[in-house]
Amino acid sequence: MGLFDKLKRGLEKTKQILRTDVRDLFRSGQILDDSLLQDFEARLIRTDMGVTAAGRITARLRADHGGRTVDVDAVWKTVRDEMIDLLKGTDGIRWDLSNPLSPIMKAASGPTVILVAGVNGVGKTTSIAKLTNLLMKNGHKVVLAAGDTFRAAAVEQLTMWSERLGCPIVRKESNSDPAAVAFEGVQKAVETGADYLIVDTAGRLQTQKNLMDELEKIRRVMRKIIPDAPHESLLVLDATTGQNGLSQAKSFSQAIGCTGLILSKLDGTARGGVVVAIRQEMGFPVKYIGVGEQVDDLELFDPEGFVDALFAK
Amino acid sequence: MFENITQSLGKAFSAFRGTGKITESNIRDGMQQVRTALLEADVAYDVVQDFVKRATEEAIGEKVLKSLRPEEQIVGIVHQQLIDLMGPVDHSLAIKRDGISIIMMCGLQGSGKTTTCGKLARRLKEAGHSPFLVAADLQRPAAIEQLKVIGGQVGCPVYAEDPKTSNPVQVCKNGVKEAKRVGAKVVILDTAGRLHVDAALMKELQQIDSSVAPDQALLVCDAMTGQDAVNSAKAFNDALELDGVILTKLDGDTRGGAALSVKAVTGVPIKFIGVGEQLDRLEEFHPDRMAGRILGMGDIVSLFEKAQKEFDEEDMLRQQEKMQQGKFTLEDFRKQMRQIKKLGSMREIMKMIPGMGAIVDQMGDLNPEDDMRRIEGIINSMTPKERQNPDVIDRGRRNRIACGSGVQPADVNKLLKDFSAMGKMMQGMSSMGLRDRMRAVKGMADGGFMNPGAELMEKKMRSTRGPLNQDEAREKKKKQKKEAQKAKKRNRKK
Ligand SMILES: Nc1nc2c(ncn2[C@@H]2O[C@H](COP(=O)(O)OP(=O)(O)OP(=O)(O)O)[C@@H](O)[C@H]2O)c(=O)[nH]1
Ligand SMILES: Nc1nc2c(ncn2[C@@H]2O[C@H](COP(=O)(O)OP(=O)(O)OP(=O)(O)O)[C@@H](O)[C@H]2O)c(=O)[nH]1
Ligand SMILES: [Mg+2]
Ligand SMILES: [Mg+2]
Repeated sequence: MGLFDKLKRGLEKTKQILRTDVRDLFRSGQILDDSLLQDFEARLIRTDMGVTAAGRITARLRADHGGRTVDVDAVWKTVRDEMIDLLKGTDGIRWDLSNPLSPIMKAASGPTVILVAGVNGVGKTTSIAKLTNLLMKNGHKVVLAAGDTFRAAAVEQLTMWSERLGCPIVRKESNSDPAAVAFEGVQKAVETGADYLIVDTAGRLQTQKNLMDELEKIRRVMRKIIPDAPHESLLVLDATTGQNGLSQAKSFSQAIGCTGLILSKLDGTARGGVVVAIRQEMGFPVKYIGVGEQVDDLELFDPEGFVDALFAK
Repeated sequence: MFENITQSLGKAFSAFRGTGKITESNIRDGMQQVRTALLEADVAYDVVQDFVKRATEEAIGEKVLKSLRPEEQIVGIVHQQLIDLMGPVDHSLAIKRDGISIIMMCGLQGSGKTTTCGKLARRLKEAGHSPFLVAADLQRPAAIEQLKVIGGQVGCPVYAEDPKTSNPVQVCKNGVKEAKRVGAKVVILDTAGRLHVDAALMKELQQIDSSVAPDQALLVCDAMTGQDAVNSAKAFNDALELDGVILTKLDGDTRGGAALSVKAVTGVPIKFIGVGEQLDRLEEFHPDRMAGRILGMGDIVSLFEKAQKEFDEEDMLRQQEKMQQGKFTLEDFRKQMRQIKKLGSMREIMKMIPGMGAIVDQMGDLNPEDDMRRIEGIINSMTPKERQNPDVIDRGRRNRIACGSGVQPADVNKLLKDFSAMGKMMQGMSSMGLRDRMRAVKGMADGGFMNPGAELMEKKMRSTRGPLNQDEAREKKKKQKKEAQKAKKRNRKK
């Protein structure tokens, strides 16, 4: 199932949802006046992109097209192109539909280490299961490390996924040092010649300094074995998150140098617009999106499809 | 990132200050700042529009126009309206005196349902009830296991069935039966996370609802939720007729505008807030604090409460009296400084105070703790007599104190001067109302924050306002309780 179908399937759950864009807001022949612009701004804000960014785009429209007869296609093109350019960025990242692993960096030799972090309940563990599934489907050998030793039954949760997926897992008893789990994970990945090691971590709010330090420690300890690990530090962001997403991106990036985002729970009605601000301010891109609770509910991020979905009514 | 609302309003109005009158259009401009603040805090767009419209109408009154500090009045009006919107408070869980009470938790994936089940169970247990947990999430891997671990931590039974051969409706029915059999008083149902647009799962929730008829259906909502909060809350409320909301993960730095959105679309009270992962991290919801937080005004009421917990009340009253009579000594000062330390780091404390957030940012690497240690050192080097009556400190004594505490004599002098100024201000302040006191404190902070000594004293004074505010807080609580009762009666009539 392709991205569009997945997104559509999610969106269609609401039944009355149509796939439209600003073209149903602006009609040819209308004057682009303040009230139309306000409607437009409202739509932008409802995507969670932030009032500043929304204001900037609206101001640009006002300057370029305000007071004149609306050329719907031109207006839509201005907005759409700008957003897509923004999301694509200039770092050369590719989301190659024919190669679902294209956004993931690969270690020059030995196992590629992927560290997964984020605030509580965003979908880290589930996203790891999905990513593992994707990697295994592409013929790779994956080892998991159950680095959430804090939350009740978090280890059991990842273990159940590993059993379903049929991949080895490194785990320790609850409340043991997560850095030690990560360390053993790296050891095991190296020993068994695995292609990927994915390290789960406990959810933590970015304001908890000691827990952010703990993340840094996990990274430091893994580097004792593989100096350039982790090759990917993925931040999982819940699509329902509002402006706090930016604060999350900043703090987590400070701790572990995020290389990309997994935007989860896009199968609901939330648009996840805050990733636009994150890409703009923090520079790191969305790599995958989560569109469900099952292992195959992970899709490559697609800037065009995402922007279209942002504006869908 | 977020500018303090009073500050940005102040900026908006500064252009008109001195030129005389604030006009209606100035107020509209100011309200734009309010609008931005609310949107930045993630309040849903439509809720913001409605709110700003109403608040503008209220603000366009003679009183505001004639006031000297319009931004403060506007913030006051906005703050009060937010409180009204998010109130009245209702922390009840409708536990029946006789028979069994059933609480059903629901919400989106990962919002904190399972954890909150444990928190409620713990709270109920402490209140002398016997809670009973039912694991009705057969969907997510290890969800049952998670609830069992949590039940073990609380020390309350957990009912579960094999997910392969059962279904959520059946588990809930059997769970309630089992709870009755063992004589439990309150059953808490932990349901699976679900999307509000997932028709099949929403239907399942309704089936549970109709088959066990819970006394309370509570929506668990993540406080970091953005604009989507209205969509999901409305759908859950339409499906279930919610009785209340619990807002989780408020221990972070989210402004929590979702509180307003959810209250606006569901109309049901927000009962509790989750402020941490541990099971004791559940607090009652207070609209006034939430309003301040949404506006970026800091959480001053929480500070009051925190202060009250740490400070010995009688001691505080004694010190307050001393202050009013101008008998507050350096000995008392040192004592209070030590108490303040117990509250946490200065930065943390300051962030909770309206208008201080920005100052914390400006402080950069300045470390208040260091200054505090230095000041304490100076006081430590004084004799009891000097602490009691600083007037006796002459040049010789000053040099001795400086030497003993490793500072310059000028530092000692400065402390004494600041202390005497502070004493006067305190005497003055003890006769002010809360708003004026806040203003006075803010004024001081605006002027003197780069002066470490003065800075300390501001903080010190603020903390002493805890008990001063107590009566007001009590009055307010009484009023809110009355209102809540009235509202309940109204609801019953419906
Ligand atoms: N609808 C939907 N649900 C998801 C998605 N990803 C995860 N979930 C659900 O979100 C909930 C939380 O997911 P977890 O993977 O446990 O989240 P986590 O970040 O590991 O949580 P903690 O470890 O407790 O911080 C679970 O119920 C998942 O099934 C998604 O893309 N769509
Ligand atoms: N910081 C913080 N974390 C919380 C709070 N409440 C819950 N959590 C965390 O949020 C994550 C998700 O909590 P759960 O209780 O598993 O959420 P849930 O709604 O049961 O999730 P699903 O059953 O997967 O839908 C866990 O990591 C919890 O520890 C809170 O108030 N503060
Ligand atoms: Mg997890
Ligand atoms: Mg749960």
